[in-house]
Amino acid sequence: MSQFAINLLFVGSSFALYIGIAIWARAGSTKDFYVAGGGVHPITNGMATAADWMSAASFISMAGLLASGGYANSTFLMGWTGGYVILAMLLAPYLRKFGKFTVPDFIGDRFYSNTARLVAIVCLIIASVTYVIGQMTGAGVAFSRFLEVSNTWGIWLAALIVFLYAVFGGMKGITYTQVAQYVVLIVAYTIPAVFIAMQLTGNPIPMFGMFSTHTESGVPLLEKLDSVVSALGFQDYTADVDNKLNMVLFTLSLMVGTAGLPHVIIRFFTVPKVADARWSAGWALVFIALLYLTAPAVGSMARLNLMTTVYPEMAGQVENYEEAAQTPILYEDRPEWFRTWEDTGLIIYNDVNSDGRIQFYNDATDYTDRGWEGNELNVNNDILVLANPEIANLPGWVIGLIAAGGIAAALSTAAGLLLAISSAISHDLIKTMINPKISEKSEMLAARISMGGAILLATFLGLNPPGFAAQTVALAFGIAGASLFPALMMGIFSKRMNNSGAIAGMLAGLISTLLYIFTYLGWFFVAGTNMLANTPDNWFLGISPLSFGAVGAMINFAVAFAVSSVTKAPPQEIQDLVESVRYPKGAGMAIDH
Amino acid sequence: MADDKSNAAEYWKANVRLIYGCLAVWAFVSYGCAILFRPLLAGIPVGGTDLGFWFAQQGSILTFIVLIFFYAWKMNKLDQKYGLEE
Repeated sequence: MSQFAINLLFVGSSFALYIGIAIWARAGSTKDFYVAGGGVHPITNGMATAADWMSAASFISMAGLLASGGYANSTFLMGWTGGYVILAMLLAPYLRKFGKFTVPDFIGDRFYSNTARLVAIVCLIIASVTYVIGQMTGAGVAFSRFLEVSNTWGIWLAALIVFLYAVFGGMKGITYTQVAQYVVLIVAYTIPAVFIAMQLTGNPIPMFGMFSTHTESGVPLLEKLDSVVSALGFQDYTADVDNKLNMVLFTLSLMVGTAGLPHVIIRFFTVPKVADARWSAGWALVFIALLYLTAPAVGSMARLNLMTTVYPEMAGQVENYEEAAQTPILYEDRPEWFRTWEDTGLIIYNDVNSDGRIQFYNDATDYTDRGWEGNELNVNNDILVLANPEIANLPGWVIGLIAAGGIAAALSTAAGLLLAISSAISHDLIKTMINPKISEKSEMLAARISMGGAILLATFLGLNPPGFAAQTVALAFGIAGASLFPALMMGIFSKRMNNSGAIAGMLAGLISTLLYIFTYLGWFFVAGTNMLANTPDNWFLGISPLSFGAVGAMINFAVAFAVSSVTKAPPQEIQDLVESVRYPKGAGMAIDH
Repeated sequence: MADDKSNAAEYWKANVRLIYGCLAVWAFVSYGCAILFRPLLAGIPVGGTDLGFWFAQQGSILTFIVLIFFYAWKMNKLDQKYGLEE
């Protein structure tokens, strides 16, 4: 069977599975549609949350980020997992006790203000829409690479599949589909990682293999990697970073962003009890960690594999790395996977000094004494995970599995985001603010139409990316962390926090974060409109625009406390509401206040 | 009712104390061991690198998992102790 047929078989049968589940788990009521009926088991919910959370970026890009950035990019690992500790202790159980469907619901009721609700809806929609663009483009790339269709067809196909199971099943369909998608993506991620860890270290568990001995050379794997990359002028893989303030703030931004992203928060509304919301956050992190603890191993091993493919003499026991670096492989002798990926344009070779060999090193270092005239190889970070099975010579079905896994990661996150957007529109905007008398049936219809509309918008933006698709992480996390997270937290932990304080805080956090991001990345990301060049020298106190979410959150807290201390305390009934949200007993009382 | 209230207030205090403790550990492993104190841990070797690197790429994540399960377990006991479970 050809590789194409195998890919088609794996991807096709995974789709059949998702659609089958969607038919089985049709939503019959708004409760089914928004919170999957509210009876999801914590372990099931943990798995669904993990799939919801792990996007195409986690599956495809993260190992590549770690491979190229080494220690410095540990921020992604800690930030995208540490947020769950905050979620489990500061948000999830209390929001579950509050017992409603959406994030703006809580903010609007707790701060007894439709202005607050509207600000929350706006923040939610900006954060989710920017994030979903990346998922659609990611799905398009995965489809076009593995199913040999054009990128445009890939995106349309992705939209159709998401439409089928998300519009009909709502949260219920999405939950059970995400469980299946989690299984597909984790199996796809782990199998090649296990084989590569076996080949390089003899240890089948990647997270241990990474810290054990490299079989071929007899030195620890990471030590080997450090020697190889430093001989080529790259920074040591495990090297410490100088700007600790920025690293701390970036990690913190990713953590509060994770805790504030609405599509993750609404997953905790689907479990039956407050205690289940706590357990469920733990299970979600367990399932996420299976991938996040493997990713660093994949990153370091793929980097070592790549370097020793280009410099075969560096693989074994090496006396002098500078000497071993003199003889990179002849371009003609490059392995088969190298040729395959050259065809996609993601590996680019350019023989600068015309010696027929591949010089791969850090351009900033002067190696003219070695007869080198510039780096000759460009490798896209994103191929590392996708090319892993080929680099390790694994059979064709593993490649088919990776294809299905990458697509599952993109689709599951897209579905979660689309649901967050559509429930904000149908529930918070239409049902709560515009037409409270709407019947349950009409509300469901509105939910499905806004879901369909959201999918069309996401597809359109995926097909015509507005030029800032690459910046979506900064924007989505900055907004969620700087506006929604502090408002939710203060709503639970400060009885004195009132409507004016919360609104002023959200706006201050949102606007300061947007201004900081736009200053360096251009107004609304329009190229050329940035007021300062996006370089560390220009950053305020060395804080990168990606890290500013944490500062925005602090501004939010400060402004909110300042404003609320000079304005009227919230009415008694709201203080009672806060009181009741704090105690697990009698879920439902909070709703009927 | 007065009893109920002071009972609930104590429960909330215990909860907040537990959160402080857990978040202290959370910050210590991630911002502390993995980032700020990494130079101090540089002398402790772990498989080809140092303990700070291990915390940054593995240790902090493992600690996060333990923290959440510890918190959930402890809170369940508090729920029961104060009669506030569902």
